[in-house]
Amino acid sequence: MKTVKAPAGVEGPGFFATSFDEVIGIARANSLWPLPFATSCCGIEFMATMGSHYDFGRFGAERLSFSPRQADVLMVMGTIAKKMAPVVRQVYEQMAEPRWVMAVGACASSGGIFDTYSVLQGIDEIIPVDVYVPGCPPRPEQIIDGFMQIQELVKNESLRRRETEEYKQLLAKYEIV
Amino acid sequence: MAKISNSFLLERLQAKFGEKILSSEEPYGMLTITADQSINIEILDFLFKEADLQYQFLTDICGIHYLDQALPLGVIYHVHSLVNNHRVRFKFFLPDHNPHIKTATTVYAGANWMERETFDFYGIIFDGHPDLRRILNVDEMVAFPLRKEFPLEDPNRIDKQDKFFGR
Repeated sequence: MKTVKAPAGVEGPGFFATSFDEVIGIARANSLWPLPFATSCCGIEFMATMGSHYDFGRFGAERLSFSPRQADVLMVMGTIAKKMAPVVRQVYEQMAEPRWVMAVGACASSGGIFDTYSVLQGIDEIIPVDVYVPGCPPRPEQIIDGFMQIQELVKNESLRRRETEEYKQLLAKYEIV
Repeated sequence: MAKISNSFLLERLQAKFGEKILSSEEPYGMLTITADQSINIEILDFLFKEADLQYQFLTDICGIHYLDQALPLGVIYHVHSLVNNHRVRFKFFLPDHNPHIKTATTVYAGANWMERETFDFYGIIFDGHPDLRRILNVDEMVAFPLRKEFPLEDPNRIDKQDKFFGR
């Protein structure tokens, strides 16, 4: 059976001491609840990712949250039309801290082939993005790899990232309060 | 089979509207009539109400932009007579500056959203329309995107700049 490696700490007979940052980071990383925001074919790939063959549940993401209030990771999969942009933004704003965002596929990352007046040229025009997954659409392996990148971020970030100056500036840049 | 022929309908319209029927053609067998834009509702109303015609189904309204014409903007109506199983297409051309045409909502209730769409993409103003505002594009949009002078590609796009391709 595979288990998560113990974080760095002090070990002795009957006790193990480490920091909250480390241990809560591990706990969070292995129980991230994704909110799938699927608008097109990348969403179909995500359905395959959730299915038994690829089994996204192995990564602690078994439970999808269709309410943004309980979700940890916003996974935007598919073309976002400009008319849809305020909806994505509102979903992001409704998520509680800590929160992460994954742009899955060419359309969510850059607009993809839809270089036109009606399509948002990448969701990073409206919300901050942590991980971009390229592909049109990306294979389930790529989506899983992107999710593992998110897990790495979660493990290594400070517990209260939202209070850092850098993070506040990032949100201010997007005019999110 | 259609119960009336293209030539029969064309003669009826020419008898009724005379000079205002400007031209006609039959691409792929479908009668297509270009007429003066001031009589668009008179034509549709006539086709709707005449007992032997009854073109009571409005298939579509759309716009078009031909840059090289004297009257570049067009409004195109497709109407269908269910009792006669016959279709006809009308084209009315307008100037591209301040284009106005009468609304068809007085004849067909279904024209409401179709005219809003045509307004949204071409900026054609339908006089008398009950609620003429954008329907598909974002409300903040200032341009009419299917007019030929509107740049199709999004100006915010940065990954297609020449420097990324060694140009």
